[in-house]
Amino acid sequence: MSLIVNTITKSFTNFAALHEVSFEARPREFIALLGPSGSGKTTLLRLLAGLDTPDSGSITFEGEDFLRLNARDRRIGMVFQSYALFRHMTVADNIAFGLNVRAAKERPSKAEIKAKVESLLDLVQLQDFGKRYPSQLSGGQRQRVALARALAISPRLLLLDEPFGALDALVRKDLRRWLRRIHDETGVTTVFVTHDQEEALDLADRVVVLKDGEIEQIGEPLELYRQPKTAFVFDFLGHANQAQGMLSGGSAQFDGFSVPAVSSAADGQITARFRPFESHVSKTGPGFPGKVLSILPAGSNLRLEVGLSDGIVYETQHAHDSEAATLRIGDDVVVLPTKVYAFG
Amino acid sequence: MTASSPPARAPVPTGFKPPRTNLHTTRVLPGFKSSLSLTITYLSLIVLIPLAALVARPWEHGLQGFLFVLTDSRVIASLKLTFGVAAAAAILNLFVGLVVAWVLTRYSFPGRRLLDALVDLPFALPTAVAGIALCTLYAPSGWIGALLAPLGIKIAYTPLGILVALVFVGLPFVVRSVQPVLAEFDAEVEEAAQTLGASPLQTAVRVIFPSLAPALLSGFSLALARAVGEYGSVIFIAGNMPYVSEITPLLIVIKLQEFDYAGAASVALIMLGLSFLVLIGLNAVQLWLSRQGGRS
Repeated sequence: MSLIVNTITKSFTNFAALHEVSFEARPREFIALLGPSGSGKTTLLRLLAGLDTPDSGSITFEGEDFLRLNARDRRIGMVFQSYALFRHMTVADNIAFGLNVRAAKERPSKAEIKAKVESLLDLVQLQDFGKRYPSQLSGGQRQRVALARALAISPRLLLLDEPFGALDALVRKDLRRWLRRIHDETGVTTVFVTHDQEEALDLADRVVVLKDGEIEQIGEPLELYRQPKTAFVFDFLGHANQAQGMLSGGSAQFDGFSVPAVSSAADGQITARFRPFESHVSKTGPGFPGKVLSILPAGSNLRLEVGLSDGIVYETQHAHDSEAATLRIGDDVVVLPTKVYAFG
Repeated sequence: MTASSPPARAPVPTGFKPPRTNLHTTRVLPGFKSSLSLTITYLSLIVLIPLAALVARPWEHGLQGFLFVLTDSRVIASLKLTFGVAAAAAILNLFVGLVVAWVLTRYSFPGRRLLDALVDLPFALPTAVAGIALCTLYAPSGWIGALLAPLGIKIAYTPLGILVALVFVGLPFVVRSVQPVLAEFDAEVEEAAQTLGASPLQTAVRVIFPSLAPALLSGFSLALARAVGEYGSVIFIAGNMPYVSEITPLLIVIKLQEFDYAGAASVALIMLGLSFLVLIGLNAVQLWLSRQGGRS
């Protein structure tokens, strides 16, 4: 293990930000800290960076006690949500900063620094931007400069705080793929914070899901998706439709029909959850009766909203060539889940 | 390290600037014409017309009269003193003002608000009162003057006294220019410097102070302008010896008292011209700084 975080607790004035959080990262691993705002993910990242100190617990990196080192000496690369570029310096000077501030005997020569800056500008695809100032760059370009600046000190650990938070959807997706490639090329262990589940699942080797300062689940993206341990993880990773039912012997009983259930709950009354794409709609048959409220395209699928008589709205997704394509707004339909989840 | 393929985007040509948006053709707020005409009328009445009169006045005795004043060694000595001491005071205030602003924004300690309020006192106090108070303190018999006298240092009634008075009146300008910029300085930028391995001193010198440069410069300009024009506090502490500690504004008053109106206007015009040049120079530096740094 390269990074070991052990039972970290951190409270701010009358509010606990993190409670006994533990996780580990393997060398070269890409870890995402995922959670809604206020879940403590940024606090955790700041503790890793040494910008804050925990109340108790330990952080070790490659066998070294990180808590005994301050931010300056940890040699970690940190990319901030606001980019935090030095406004009065050119892009090249920004990138060279971490090398220029080293003590004279550790500092590389001017030529070495120049070569390093050139190669990093190359890496982040900003070859011709070295002489520009941050104010002359777009958001995505600034983000890449911030990353190059962090990589310049050859960090042992790369930390990214909502790196794509302020960018528009298209640029985000581009940068995401590109960040993953840079990680694979440089091989630096990376921890990144996000509240966007799609981003976390898309990028990370493993995802740490946080809620109210505690870890809900740690796992690979597919594992989280297929075997969520808690209702929170299930709800956070995608849209969830809910229905009340009775659980008995691996299946959930509803009004006149039953559905296979993946469950950690005991038999009895349950709140069942199902994904939009794990359901059928049809005009007749078993299921929850309702009216079609909207039909919209959602990429490779059709997305339907079906309103039930008690006011609940279910979201369902179907292939463009399925029976759903023949439906119109206002039609009476039934929604039949093919698989439901229940949590104890 | 090899390059990975770039995120797709159109290259921005060098030197490209987005179109200026400050002169809207369609405006959200009405009243551009009326507010502009008010501005021009007001500035004319308060600034332009009096200054125009000043430009018109010195020529009573022709160009020769003006040149006579311009080459008068007493006038030249007073100009050197006024601008020299004002510049020295502004430079001193630049450093002290930065420290005061730093202390007031970066640390919290009992009495901080009181100290913060004290900074504004030189704005509010009648400058003559300040001059008399400083003079009493720094005179050879005063509290501070008495301590310095045995060391052979004389402050009151020397150019050094003028410096003390000008530092006093100029300090709030630097503090108040720098303080808001320092208070709004992005904490993440400092943290970034820290994680990149910069020491606290390196962070201050390489990251924080350079981004304060525009604010420091504008504080410096204001303090300098104020010091050049200062009269009330200086005349009490300066001793006002011709060629040694006589400032130009005093010389103008002396000429007025001698009913030499054209001479007074000539000196005033020279002073105005010099001040104008200095301010243009400072503005050019300001422009250069803002071009360099830019605002994100």
